[in-house]
Parts: sequence; structure tokens; C-alpha cells
Amino acid sequence: MVKGRMLQGARAMAEMCALCRPKVISAYPITPQTLIVEELSQIVADGDLEAEFINVEGEHSAASVVLGAAAVGVRVFTCSSSQGLLLMSEVIFNIAGMRLPVVMICVNRSVSAPLNIWNDQQDSIIMRDSGWIQLYAENNQETCDLLLQAHKIAEDHRVMLPAMVCCDGYVLPHAYEIVDLPSQAEVDAFLPSYDPIYKLDIDNPTTMGAFADPEKYMETRYMIQETMKKSLSVIEEVARDFGSSFGRSSYGLFEKYRVDDASTVVVALGSMAGTIKDVVDELRDQGEKVGILRLICYRPFPKEALYEALSAAENIVIMEKDISLGGSGAVATDMRAVFYGREACPRISGFILGLGGRDITVDDIKTTISKAQHQVADADFVGLKEDLELEGING
Amino acid sequence: MVKVEERDKFNDHLLASGHTACPGCGQSLAARLVLRAAGRNVMVVNSTGCLEVFSSKYPESAWEVPWIHSLFENTSAVAAGIEAALKITGQLDRVRVIAQGGDGSTADIGLGAISGMLERGHDVLYICYDNEAYMNTGIQRSGSTPYYARTTTSPPGKVSRGNWRPKKDVPQIALAHGIPYVAVASVGYPMDLDRKVRKALSIRGPKYVQIHVPCPLGWGTAPERTIDFARLAVLTGLYPLYEVENGELRALKIPKKVPVEEYLKEQVRFRHLFGKEDRKKEIAEIQGIADQNIEKFGLIVK
Ligand SMILES: Cc1ncc(C[n+]2csc(CCOP(=O)(O)OP(=O)(O)O)c2C)c(N)n1
Ligand SMILES: [Mg+2]
Repeated sequence: MVKGRMLQGARAMAEMCALCRPKVISAYPITPQTLIVEELSQIVADGDLEAEFINVEGEHSAASVVLGAAAVGVRVFTCSSSQGLLLMSEVIFNIAGMRLPVVMICVNRSVSAPLNIWNDQQDSIIMRDSGWIQLYAENNQETCDLLLQAHKIAEDHRVMLPAMVCCDGYVLPHAYEIVDLPSQAEVDAFLPSYDPIYKLDIDNPTTMGAFADPEKYMETRYMIQETMKKSLSVIEEVARDFGSSFGRSSYGLFEKYRVDDASTVVVALGSMAGTIKDVVDELRDQGEKVGILRLICYRPFPKEALYEALSAAENIVIMEKDISLGGSGAVATDMRAVFYGREACPRISGFILGLGGRDITVDDIKTTISKAQHQVADADFVGLKEDLELEGING
Repeated sequence: MVKVEERDKFNDHLLASGHTACPGCGQSLAARLVLRAAGRNVMVVNSTGCLEVFSSKYPESAWEVPWIHSLFENTSAVAAGIEAALKITGQLDRVRVIAQGGDGSTADIGLGAISGMLERGHDVLYICYDNEAYMNTGIQRSGSTPYYARTTTSPPGKVSRGNWRPKKDVPQIALAHGIPYVAVASVGYPMDLDRKVRKALSIRGPKYVQIHVPCPLGWGTAPERTIDFARLAVLTGLYPLYEVENGELRALKIPKKVPVEEYLKEQVRFRHLFGKEDRKKEIAEIQGIADQNIEKFGLIVK
């Protein structure tokens, strides 16, 4: 028998959020994150979670409210998508710089204009430089598992950085799947209450958010960079702990699926990995040595672990739902940097798929893989429609 | 009421000396008076601006109370989060939350967040230090800059007489939220300021206090005359000091009307209104604002 309950993703995430016992929650509705906010409001309204739910006037304030609450030393939660995350962005950077272990879910959605409420991963990818740990989930179960782990990672005294769990809009929060949520006792045993290093306290006054001149600022960035590197092992450690506590494996930095003897390895984030795994199975049946490495931890970027995992491959095929316009896909750029100047030098190709909710089909994936086996591609758009020409602007 | 403890007797310098404010800074004096009135059982959230910069350069800090700075426009939202955390952890009976910022952060970029904080009813005292421009970035115009004042972004010129709009009335905007206490104070009247801060902190819920704080650098006034100008602003009727507690208005009376020229003429920011060809029309308009205030708030006992 399958363990768990049939739940809509948003409900499962909200329940998992509540199991983590945040004391202050603040969020602002935006499609496709809204369902989570509504579910959480209900959980608080029913008295099932003792928390302050602050209905703010916008996302900049949502992020600021949780920043303030975290500074008092309590566990907090927020979530957003797309324009909401962009509006938060100033505060997102601020939270990391202040080393506050805020945890949020980003329900991934494209960025306007044109207005589009469907899924890609542009919104959270834009935040990659902010000093937040970023974990990408494949399905609802994993989103919940990562949410629990995110609190533990962020609040670890070796880390003290915020963490963002990313899940694909509509594809996950709106889908009904069987999700196995732990009991409150299990969560409490895994995730002790937050023990801040610094906090606002009238008995022990501190100054937080001080101003740093050129003699001081750079060290703050260096310290976050070093912490990011060290947090890789904390992320792995917490994933191992999770596995032994809940009897369900969690992959840590990335999941390797039929990678070990593969000559061609697809690298992707989030839910599209499901379809890619099916294609991998099909191609394997036809004798092709194909695999997929599903990247979970995008920040910190696990450079050495990726080098180890992929150095035997001939082709690395990055499929991503974001583009640094005028440049390349973000993941492809990072991946090339892993191999540059090293002994192993696989052919690395970057493809852009599924922007603004465009379907990613089995055929798209197959043609992409075969293309990458013959030529190096960079920011190659997959699945474009024929009727591309706009009036006056040639695509 | 905040409990007065033994240690509260030594609250004169909760904003300690040694910070880097300019000589004659009205804001630093006002902030010190606010903390003296508030005592130690407060957490202070500060917007980006002069006060933040001159008091918190790492690794030093002039703050003897828990103090946090996040950004320019989110001070009231951060304060709301602090209040929520204090509430849920049962500390709100012994800790007060003060959110404070300059007029730019208050009247302009942070107004939405202030409105949200007031409307949601957080137990926070918001304090606006009104020096009537963005001083920290070099004296640019804010929504709170007075009519015809020179700033670096409202310079007088061949076709300009300085700031082209009268000052935004933020206390009235705060009042429109139906909050229990709104007050306007001045660093030139420290006893009145002290009383208003204590009063505000004795009331639960959102409170708004705006304090007029001359800025010698931004206004072009002599550092030793900060208090003089603060008082003249009140005595002319240009900066009426009043409070509204649960809908009831009380204003500080002025003995007799001082013409606005007395206030304007020695400030460099208004110098273009005087000189060879006096700008009679502009001065008359400013006098009109003062007269209206005197009438509206009943500033002169008839
Ligand atoms: C989002 C944002 N925009 C602009 C700035 C630049 N800035 C910093 S302080 C400031 C002006 C502050 O003016 P005010 O609030 O009146 O405080 P004062 O310095 O006059 O006391 C400005 C424009 C900023 N820090 N953040
Ligand atoms: Mg100002």
C-alpha cells in the first residue's frame, strides 16, 4: 500500500509549512502561489498553527515582515512567484546580507511582459546572486521534504543563510498527488526550534543592519561566499539525516538517474525531469547510453560534485526554463565554468525550453538530445512555433 | 504603560554621543529626545537616511537599545514583523516598537508600507523626522519639502521659483487611517515632544508622530540656530504643533502671529524669494498657508 494522502500540492505544502511551526508568516497573493497562502490562512484561522499571519499590502512588505520577525529570533515563512518575487528582490538581497535564515517557497512562474501566469523558472533564477540557498523540487513530495530540510539547513549555525524552495507553478501546487507528510512528533524531532545567534533583545541590545564602508563591505560578501561553499556539505548532511529519519531518500545536491555509464547526460531542474526520465528509459531501451542529472541545489552551485559526477560523459545537455537575455541560459553558463580548464572536457550544450508554460514534449526532448550529440548548442530555443514574425520585429 | 525601572533614570544618551551627525543636526537631537522619553524597553527600526548613516557605521553604533536598519522604504513593514514576533512570543507587554525614518522615507517611498502598518493595527509608534528633503543623498526634494524651497532637484531658475508644490500633509493621511494617536512636534519644543512620545507609547495600536527637525546643511542655516528656526516655524504658523487623540484635536497655542518672512529670510533655501526683486507673490502665498493653519488649528487665542 502507498503511504500518504491524495492532496493538492498547495495543501500539502501548506501543511508541511505548518508542521515546521513558523511563528510569523507573511505573504501576498499571486498566481500560481495563491493557493498556498489561502491554505495557510485557513490553517491559522482554524487554530491548527499558532502563528501570526500578516496580510500585507504587497510583496516588498511580506518579505520585510518576515525579515523583522526573523530578527527577533523566530522561525518565519513566506512564499511568492514571478512579479511578487521581483518586487521582493531588494529585500531578498537584504535578508541574505543580514544572515537571517528566512525560508520561502517560490512557485516558479515566468516574468512579464508580456503578462503570462504560467510556469518557467526565470523568477527564481534571477535571484541566484542574492545569497539565498536555492533548492528545486521535482514533485510535491519533494517540495514538502525540501521545505522541512530548508529550515534545518538555513538555521544551522554553520550556515545562517536564507533558503528558497522552488517548485514549478501549476505543474506542482495545482496537481493532486499522493504525498506522505510526517507527523508533528517526527518533524519536531528532526527540526528543533530555531536557536538564533543574534537577535533583537532589550536585555542584550544589538545593532543590526549597520552600514559598512569600503573597508568592511567586501568581507561580508566573502563570508557569504565561503559559507555558501561550506553549506554544500550541510545540505548533504541534512539530506542524509532526512533519509534516516523518514525512510525516504532525499538526494541532497542532485539526483543521478542512469548517469553512471552514460555518454550523454541531460541536466535539468524541477518537474521537467519527470518527462526526461521517461525519455531516458525509452532511449536506453534502444541501446543509447543516456542519463539525467537532476540538479536540486542550484545555489550554492555544487561545482566539484558536478565535475565528479559528469566528467565521464561525452555530452552534457542542459535543458532549462530561463534565459539571461543577450547571454545564455543560467545553468549552462554555470556548467561550462565547472569544466573550463579541467581535464575532463565534455561537449556542453544549452537549450531553452518551456518558457511561459510552453509544453515540453517527449519529442522536444528527443530532438534536443540528438542535436546535442552532433553539435554544440548555446541558448538554443526548443519548441518555437512557426508563426514567429512579429509586425516590424523579426524573431 | 512601559514600566519605569531604576535604569530608566539614565536614559539621556540612549542615542550615544560620538556619532557623525553634522553640527546643529536637529534630527540627532530629536532622536535622542525620543529615546529618552521611550526608555530602554524599545526596539527601534530605522529607515535608510541621515540618522541611520551617522549612527551605525560598522563596527561602531550609537544605539544603546536594540536597533535594526533594513532598507529605505520598508521600515514600517519590518516593524510590523517585529511586533508580530513579539506578540506571538509573549513579549509585547514589556517591549515597545518604534519605526522611524526621514520625511523622504515617510512621505514618499515608504508611504505604502506605513499605510499598511497603520491600517492593520500593529502596535507600533511611527516617527517621522521631517527635515523637509532627502538630506542623506544631498538635499533633493521630497513630498515634504515646503512650497518654494530650493533643493538640488527643485532649484530656482529662469522659469522656476523653487519647489512648485506645497508640502504633503502626512499627519492628516495618517489620521485618515482612524488610528488612536497622531501628533506633530518640533525639536524646538522638547518638553512638548517628550510628552507626545510618552503619550503615544502609552497607547496600544498604531501611532504616528511627526517631528520638525531643522537641517543646517540642507536649509543653509547656522548650526547654532537650529532651535531658533524650529521655533520660528511654529510661531509663524507654518508648522502647527497639534495632536489628535481618539479624534480629539489639541493644538499648541502661539502668543502672536510672527510674519513668515522672519522664518524664511535667513534660510539659504528661501533666499531666492528675497533680494533685488522681492518675490512678493510667493511670500504672500506662503503667508497664506500659515494663516490657514492658524485658522484651522485655532493657534491664536482670540
Ligand atoms: C530604494 C532606494 N532608493 C533610493 C535610495 C537612496 N536614498 C538613501 S537615503 C535617501 C534620502 C533620505 O531622505 P529622508 O528619508 O528624508 O531622510 P534624511 O536623510 O533627510 O534624514 C535616498 C534617496 C535608497 N537607499 N533606496
Ligand atoms: Mg529628510
